[in-house]
Amino acid sequence: MDKSEMVVKKELIDSAAMGRAITRIAHEILEKNKGTEDLVLIGIRTRGVPLAERLAAKIEEIEGIEVKTGILDITLYRDDLSTVAQQPIVHRTEIPFDITGKKVVLVDDVLYTGRTVRAALDALIDLGRPLQIQLAIMIDRGHRELPIRADFVGKNLPTSKTEVVDVNFKEIDEKDAVLLLEKS
Amino acid sequence: MSLKRKDFLGLYDVSAEEINQILDTAVAMKDILTRTVKKVPTLRGKTVINLFYEPSTRTKFSFNLAAKRLSADVMSISKSSSSIAKGESLLDTAKTMEVMGADVVVIRHSAPGAAKFLADNISASVLNAGDGAHAHPTQALLDIYSIKEKLGEIAGLKVLIVGDIAHSRVARSNIWGLNKLGAEVAVAGPQTLIPREIEKMGVKVYSDLDQALENVDVVNILRIQMERQESGLFPSIREYREIYGMNAERLERIGKKAMIMHPGPMNRGIEIESSVADSPQSVITEQVKNGVAIRMALLYLLAGREIDNEDLN
Repeated sequence: MDKSEMVVKKELIDSAAMGRAITRIAHEILEKNKGTEDLVLIGIRTRGVPLAERLAAKIEEIEGIEVKTGILDITLYRDDLSTVAQQPIVHRTEIPFDITGKKVVLVDDVLYTGRTVRAALDALIDLGRPLQIQLAIMIDRGHRELPIRADFVGKNLPTSKTEVVDVNFKEIDEKDAVLLLEKS
Repeated sequence: MSLKRKDFLGLYDVSAEEINQILDTAVAMKDILTRTVKKVPTLRGKTVINLFYEPSTRTKFSFNLAAKRLSADVMSISKSSSSIAKGESLLDTAKTMEVMGADVVVIRHSAPGAAKFLADNISASVLNAGDGAHAHPTQALLDIYSIKEKLGEIAGLKVLIVGDIAHSRVARSNIWGLNKLGAEVAVAGPQTLIPREIEKMGVKVYSDLDQALENVDVVNILRIQMERQESGLFPSIREYREIYGMNAERLERIGKKAMIMHPGPMNRGIEIESSVADSPQSVITEQVKNGVAIRMALLYLLAGREIDNEDLN
């Protein structure tokens, strides 16, 4: 769906609530992994990237240890390439470390059909053999088409399929906010 | 966003924007070539046919590898080992390939316009891998990619192409592409091997190599074909080497920042001295690697086009 044809129906989460969700997820990641040993965070382009950076900064604030982050581009692993009319733009994957033996937390903004995560799992496994892969997301909006679930969730938001959940980060967008968009 | 075209025949009718899109896509493709698992599933189920009517090692191998890295099914047909040798026409061969499910046909042919002819007559995408002395767009793109990778920006760079410009599809394609991206292109070679009116393509012409080498950023040295000497276009190999060969002394003069390129296969000791080919300024081996990345980018971008049946006769 083209976001330029959509109007903002309402602001679901404001900047303060987003900050609190990120703090909580950071604590949950540390709790589940019993610290930062072998832990790495990999954000899925585009908006998984600032979220992964924020989580890493928060973890460093809590534990005083820097956790490595990387960027994953899943374009070449999409399952709809033979049906889309336009080839999506391919960007680089930037993971400057070996993921073999690591506990990888895959980070994205919205979990919806699960197809992006499926592509991301294939892309990651082509890069090495992680010890574990976990999934952290800001918004779970339901409507899964694959058996995939998140380990860490900012907020569950039941939506209709005609709506779009738009997570904004001030690094890319104007400000931090989660917006619900609808066709105008 | 994909290329808004069914076929890729040459750089003459491609926009700077499209060239940049191909170069950007090739950056991500090159990363794949350095991984442990050098393969992505992107073109699963697509079929690429390499139709080579002229001998070729590196271009054919490069297209083969590019298609395989993207998980396409790929088959190569060369002139001697197929029905082409029995006299089957180009169009009949290509139509047969198409009926067998080819999505992309890569063609190398000695006749200028062969790729265009195929493109007009089959619905599969056609990628020109060299047609006579006309065009060799993937070579030019990999040359431009190699320059950009080492020197950053193409606009404003001074690129000199040395050798047999008249018979060179590599020269022509480089001139089209580099001009579109804002480089200043010059050519140098014996007057018998410089096409008349080439200035109209927007290049400077030198017959004195040493004069041409003043103030260059890139020197692209073309292969000299021995049969040109036999047909009297230059007096002797020895004389060519003296006047137009890139040697250590000339390399010294252009400095450490200049780049040396050669599309291969090289005649070491004739148009390029071994010490130049293997110098730190030479990117000749990197060009080969970049060729695979550029061809992956093009296969990816072409395979995504929307098939519009109304476009076909």
